[in-house]
Amino acid sequence: MDKVLQVRELSVVYGKGCASCYKKTGPDFNSNICPDCGSVVAAHDVSFDLYRGEILGIMGESGSGKSTAVKCLFFDEEPTNGKALFYDEDQQYNLFRLNKAQQRRLRNHRFGMVYQNPNLGLNFDISAGGNIAERLLMSNVSNYSDIRGRAVSLLSRTEVLSERMDEMPKNFSGGMQQRVQIAKALATNPPLLFLDEVTTGLDLSVQAAILDLILEIQQQSQTSMIVVTHDLGVIRLLADRTLVMKYGRVIETGLTDQILEDPQHAYTQRLVASAL
Amino acid sequence: MTTNKSFGFMDEYAKKEIRRSSLKAVAIPGYQVPYSSREMPMGRGFGTGGLQLTLSLIGEGETLKVIDQGADDSVNAVNLRSFIEMTCPGIHTTTSTTEAGVIQSRHRIPERPLREDQLIVLQVPYPDALVVVEASEDKRKILHGEADYSRLLVKLYEDIVKFDEITISHRYPTRIHGHYVIDPSPIPRWDVPKMHQSAALILLGAGREKKIYAVPPYTDAEPLAFEDVPFRVEDFTDENGQRRPCARCGCTTSFLDEYIDSSTGDYVYRCSDADWCNEQLMDESLLEVSNG
Repeated sequence: MDKVLQVRELSVVYGKGCASCYKKTGPDFNSNICPDCGSVVAAHDVSFDLYRGEILGIMGESGSGKSTAVKCLFFDEEPTNGKALFYDEDQQYNLFRLNKAQQRRLRNHRFGMVYQNPNLGLNFDISAGGNIAERLLMSNVSNYSDIRGRAVSLLSRTEVLSERMDEMPKNFSGGMQQRVQIAKALATNPPLLFLDEVTTGLDLSVQAAILDLILEIQQQSQTSMIVVTHDLGVIRLLADRTLVMKYGRVIETGLTDQILEDPQHAYTQRLVASAL
Repeated sequence: MTTNKSFGFMDEYAKKEIRRSSLKAVAIPGYQVPYSSREMPMGRGFGTGGLQLTLSLIGEGETLKVIDQGADDSVNAVNLRSFIEMTCPGIHTTTSTTEAGVIQSRHRIPERPLREDQLIVLQVPYPDALVVVEASEDKRKILHGEADYSRLLVKLYEDIVKFDEITISHRYPTRIHGHYVIDPSPIPRWDVPKMHQSAALILLGAGREKKIYAVPPYTDAEPLAFEDVPFRVEDFTDENGQRRPCARCGCTTSFLDEYIDSSTGDYVYRCSDADWCNEQLMDESLLEVSNG
């Protein structure tokens, strides 16, 4: 199988940091705040691989560092430490060593991100079609009718009526906004997609439809995805493999079935047992 | 007044700084060079950016023309011209585009193509084309550095969706030398193509915003547009499909201003560039003389 992403020892510390930051935080201490210097260890020693067409789930309670890890990979935040290699079209990119322009190029052309809050992923001052156009224009498509055509096909793929493409996103329901956001993320056919709590806050039938859509995209275009969620149902449905995080550390990794059926770590056991 | 003031009103250090900034602006086409922008004895927003450029560049024996929206005799032009005459003894002023060495202009580029030995200074209210899509200057600087103008293009896209055409009438975002996009000051779209491969140096000065930038001679200046929705200049054809002529000189190739005749209520069209209009009239009368 082709490897798409290799992440090793990713750490993010907010604050000045000290020698004992890593030693005195984590699940064993029930805290991610360093008692000596007060820095927050949002993530430490996160390592994983991602292969083509695979969906990797990152599960954990809020504040466990799951979103932080993904934001680093999408260059929304800068890691304190660690290495991430992205393999794309016979090229290898050392993500955290690239300059800003190279990072922006990858972000605009090869990565896609869907945020929990459509406010982050969409520009609410421009139409739904304009949002998709923005991403296409970032990747140097400069033909108006091409952009228009592509926006129509993306929106119909994500089941947004193309008659509504020139409307402002604020007129859309939450589920529709999320679909537009997914269409925007898919605009450049990225090989790697980050999904950060995409179904949180949507009602159940809409959740199911969005999850269906994500699976369909994965199967049709062999897109690799990292799905961040605290919802066991989403993990069960989408993820092939899963990472469980707590207080910034990965406490358990493995096949999703294995983790859900036979959790090893006490926290995971509680999590699985408490699922409704 | 002139005896105890230095030439060009500003002290030598101020002029030196502006010249240095201008050189940097020429060296990095389209890049907005920050400078200190001195207090001038007039309010910011009245052309102090252009004025400071002119004062630091003009020298004794040189000839200056000042334009305000094409005219030489409107308030802004008259006041700036007399101020420069007063503070720069030994310079000449003219209203003729051909005779001028330095041209300071508010919102027009003359119709007559400029020559290599001429220089035009444009007064700029808002130097940054990205200001309409990004409020933070810090972020705008990053966008400029990475040549990321997708958001400006989205604005054009939204225009076409809503109105079937690009509706920017002036301050049309223009890409200089394939990288930086500038706000070419509020010149009409008509004047934007004149910046492309211009023989004369074009300097733009924003006094309030404290920025100087330039379009060096023979440099590409491409207005932002889509491949299939190209940039267009103003269209002066009337309802019968005829190009409107200037009501005064009859010219059919110049940028026209629209007036309402107060007695009849009709629309009247006249050349915006006063010197150009006069020249056309002069040519006609010469023709009449030679024919007669």
